[in-house]
Amino acid sequence: MTFVVAGACVDVKDRTCLDQCPVDCIYEGSRKVYIQPEECIDCGACEPVCPVNAIFPASDVPDVELAHVEANLRFFDELGSPGGFELIGPQDFDCLPDQRLDR
Amino acid sequence: MTADLRVAIVGSGPSGLYAAEGLSKAGCDIDILERLPAPYGLLRYGVAPDHLKIKSLVPAMARILGRPNVRFLGGIHVGRDIDITSLRELYDVLVYATGAAEDRPLGIPGEGLDGSRAAREFVSWYSGHPDADPSGIDLSATDVVVVGAGNVALDVARILARDPEELAGTDVPDHVLGRLRGSDVRDVHIVARRGPSFAKFSTTELREVGELANVDVIVRAAEVDGTDAATADPEQLRNLELFREWSRRPRAGKPRRIHFRFGLSPAELIGHRRVDQVVLDRMVPGGSGTWVATGEREVLRAGLILRAVGYRGVPVAGVPFDEHRGVIPHQDGRVVGSAGDGQYAVGWIKRGPSGVIGTNKADAQETVATILAAAPTLPRAAIRDPQAILDRLGASGVTPVTWAGWLAIDAAEVARGATRGAPRVKLSDRKEMEATALSAQARPDEETRKTA
Repeated sequence: MTFVVAGACVDVKDRTCLDQCPVDCIYEGSRKVYIQPEECIDCGACEPVCPVNAIFPASDVPDVELAHVEANLRFFDELGSPGGFELIGPQDFDCLPDQRLDR
Repeated sequence: MTADLRVAIVGSGPSGLYAAEGLSKAGCDIDILERLPAPYGLLRYGVAPDHLKIKSLVPAMARILGRPNVRFLGGIHVGRDIDITSLRELYDVLVYATGAAEDRPLGIPGEGLDGSRAAREFVSWYSGHPDADPSGIDLSATDVVVVGAGNVALDVARILARDPEELAGTDVPDHVLGRLRGSDVRDVHIVARRGPSFAKFSTTELREVGELANVDVIVRAAEVDGTDAATADPEQLRNLELFREWSRRPRAGKPRRIHFRFGLSPAELIGHRRVDQVVLDRMVPGGSGTWVATGEREVLRAGLILRAVGYRGVPVAGVPFDEHRGVIPHQDGRVVGSAGDGQYAVGWIKRGPSGVIGTNKADAQETVATILAAAPTLPRAAIRDPQAILDRLGASGVTPVTWAGWLAIDAAEVARGATRGAPRVKLSDRKEMEATALSAQARPDEETRKTA
């Protein structure tokens, strides 16, 4: 189980969580950020620092936000496991619920 | 921003290493002075052995220690083997990353009885810490009380209750695994002085306890129903929901049980030489955020009580210290008070024992930014030869464990793991670790001069 960034991040993208992540596994899209589930080590550092409470453990995502779990996974369909956000930088697309890859 | 500072970081836990990473990238030359022969601090000696995913942070930390301008010098006790005055002659900047090595007492009668221990002692023992009590922790009692409502309490309860065979594939030392296999513990009582919505458990780790194969989790409905949420913190609300769910869960007759108890505060430990009863005060909210004893008491029979009620830092000789908070006083990471220039703090000795490993990254970034901003005007040390510290230590009869020495310990642990089907089994005897390291450090002077 890992953590998931849900809808409250959209168009806020505060990015405080990026500074906290010890493995640099939080990736920036154009409208929100995404946690790479294979790189996340479940430490939980990101969750309490999010100013809009957008981050949840995958097992505790509120029902209305569940679509973001799948959308987060989809964000990494092509990126795979880049090994750290620092290595690839911000991406110019997003994966949001009810929306195809928005390039 | 770049700087050509010579920096000594005291402590090689996550906060010290994150500081090293930032300063190394800015061009500083860094020596990391570690008290133990092994690096990584609480990542190695605090993170529970069954939390393998967090341990997977080790390779990233090793890359920091492997950077060309970072030098690991293990087995050096700052304040004993070398003092701060001497270090200030050799380095432009000192960064204290010494953590919080002391535990807070309960301050109740009977606390000195056998069987009354700090959770930290149990953690050190199962983590194979070289300074852990070699006789270990007596696990002949059926009932154990764990005092505290944080993740340390969860860790110790989980290790006490979990099927030891599930730990065979982890790095726990052989003698620890043997003792856990012979454990008589059946019931672990986690005791929190306030209500369930005040607990500081992280939901992820709480949920893990409910998923242990051989453990029934028991929560009394009377201690969670009707309690105010009393918090807007989403994590604490989720915890409350989980406790409510568990309070309705039927027992499955599993061999071990973890009981969560709320609104109980230890008042006294009773026993003849050894604890056999824990007297608890029933607590209720007393207004303005405090909890007060009702006068009602409950007695739990238990032969072992582990207190997990917080850690505090230990002063470094010659460095300002806030006795009340147990931290080094600082401004954005710069040590304030009677300290001279060029002294900084990072991690738990700076902010107190809070947060998770990742919290140290932002904490270290703050201190690094403060150092780099001050760099142009910081006075430079008189002696700038990287060999100088080795000469001074050598004169005191101290040979540091170098990076090559640690890699030899690392290889020995991996080899030992192969005998048990584990990725690694820790060495925990300091002499054995040092001998293993020194056998690989044929020419320590040459090898540690890589930064020269």
